[in-house]
Amino acid sequence: MSNAAPETTLCARHLTRRFGNRQVIHDLSLELKRGEVLGLLGHNGAGKSTTLQMLTGCLLPNGVERSGCSIEICGIDLLRQPVLAKAHIGYLPETPPLYRELSVNDYLTFAARLRGMQPGAASAALVQTRQRCGLEAVGKEIIGTLSKGYQQRVGIAQAIIHSPDVIVLDEPTVGLDPSQIRDIRNLIRELGDRSSVILSTHLLGEVESVCDCVQIMQEGKLIYGGTTAALASYGGEPGHLEENFIRLTGTQQ
Amino acid sequence: MIRLLALRELRSLFAMSSTWFILAVLQFIFAWFFLARLEAFLEVQPQLAQLANPPGVTITVAAPMFNTIALLLMMLVPMFTMRLIAEERRNQTFALLLSAPLSGSHLVLGKFFGLLIFLAVLITGVPLMLYTLALGTAIDHGLLLSNMLGLLLLTASYAAVGLYISALTTQPVIAAIGALAVLVGLWLADIGAAAENSPWHFVSPLYHFQNFNAGLLDSGDAAFFVLFSAVFLLLAIRRIHNNRIYG
Repeated sequence: MSNAAPETTLCARHLTRRFGNRQVIHDLSLELKRGEVLGLLGHNGAGKSTTLQMLTGCLLPNGVERSGCSIEICGIDLLRQPVLAKAHIGYLPETPPLYRELSVNDYLTFAARLRGMQPGAASAALVQTRQRCGLEAVGKEIIGTLSKGYQQRVGIAQAIIHSPDVIVLDEPTVGLDPSQIRDIRNLIRELGDRSSVILSTHLLGEVESVCDCVQIMQEGKLIYGGTTAALASYGGEPGHLEENFIRLTGTQQ
Repeated sequence: MIRLLALRELRSLFAMSSTWFILAVLQFIFAWFFLARLEAFLEVQPQLAQLANPPGVTITVAAPMFNTIALLLMMLVPMFTMRLIAEERRNQTFALLLSAPLSGSHLVLGKFFGLLIFLAVLITGVPLMLYTLALGTAIDHGLLLSNMLGLLLLTASYAAVGLYISALTTQPVIAAIGALAVLVGLWLADIGAAAENSPWHFVSPLYHFQNFNAGLLDSGDAAFFVLFSAVFLLLAIRRIHNNRIYG
């Protein structure tokens, strides 16, 4: 499968986005290859979630016609052929999109079928995904009765159940306890072997432990892009990820 | 895809205990109407029998009952349509549908048919009750059939309006009040317009139901319902598309 698929799974060029008169995203370009895990860092309100919404087709960029802006998922243009392109995306928004009145099994099966899986494949994927996300014991439970950590895991499960090529996770480890965070980080690493993962986060430790590359956003612009190792030794101070991050975002203001 | 979304809508509806409660209460209210009409009919039946061509049980019991239920549905349908899109927005589940490989028309039609199936289940009690009359007397099947068809088309047009209003807002309560305002507004404009050829008659769904209620199958009325529903569904599809533009 990995031989036949194109190497670059996600390619976004010149994205801009305004809400009213406020320019939220300025000319942002991103590229992601298969097997990469990209961490999107930034302060609150830097435009991380807006960027992810655009990459998943929930929000259209401004000026699609003029500025040469494009988003390609596995070579398919998301803006012109949204239905085809979205079949390759798994997305976990900031708030997990859960139907609280459904059971975990029903909900995950719905999510799989919604992404175009056949019933047989969906039930096989359900078993596998529940095992990967540690949801074996709660399959028949109603989602609304689960704890926040379990709900977050169901949210991750719906994003990966159809084995998408591009997985977009908006703050995946919020509300989890330390051991769950470790499990989820392992899962993300594992997912990064076969697909591309983009995750936004505030936690530098998360970036350090799971991401191959980092992009830092500030006020809607990318101000730094490079590998995690490069950021850690940015400016000649190896091993100081946190200081480097604060220095980078501080000097730009 | 449409079927999948419709089934999900139904599954969510039936997973809530309030849905079952409302179903039960409404059947009780329908039965009450039915028995009240039947009692009234039995009281006047001796006098009716003296007429040369007496009206039958279908026209005296079933037709007014369908008319009352058409009015009742006007108040009820907004309570069910309010959830459709507004609640998805409020619970942030809308992102799941927006990021899924399906077009806006699939999304809207899936929700529309899901709710329509539920509403059809809700009103099946009515013809079932009326058919119990067949145990004791002959009933006019044609009149019943035209009423059932009319009621279904009327329900579809109400559901389309409610779905569109629900797509406009984030608050289910606002969606319910908005849809109720539109439907009651159309009805009041219809009954308030004195002139026979007033345009208000033409745009009111309940006015077009009257022919069905009298047992008259007019293709013009049926076409009105189909067009009326289609317009609001198209508007809802537009609104979903604009959702992606304006956020």
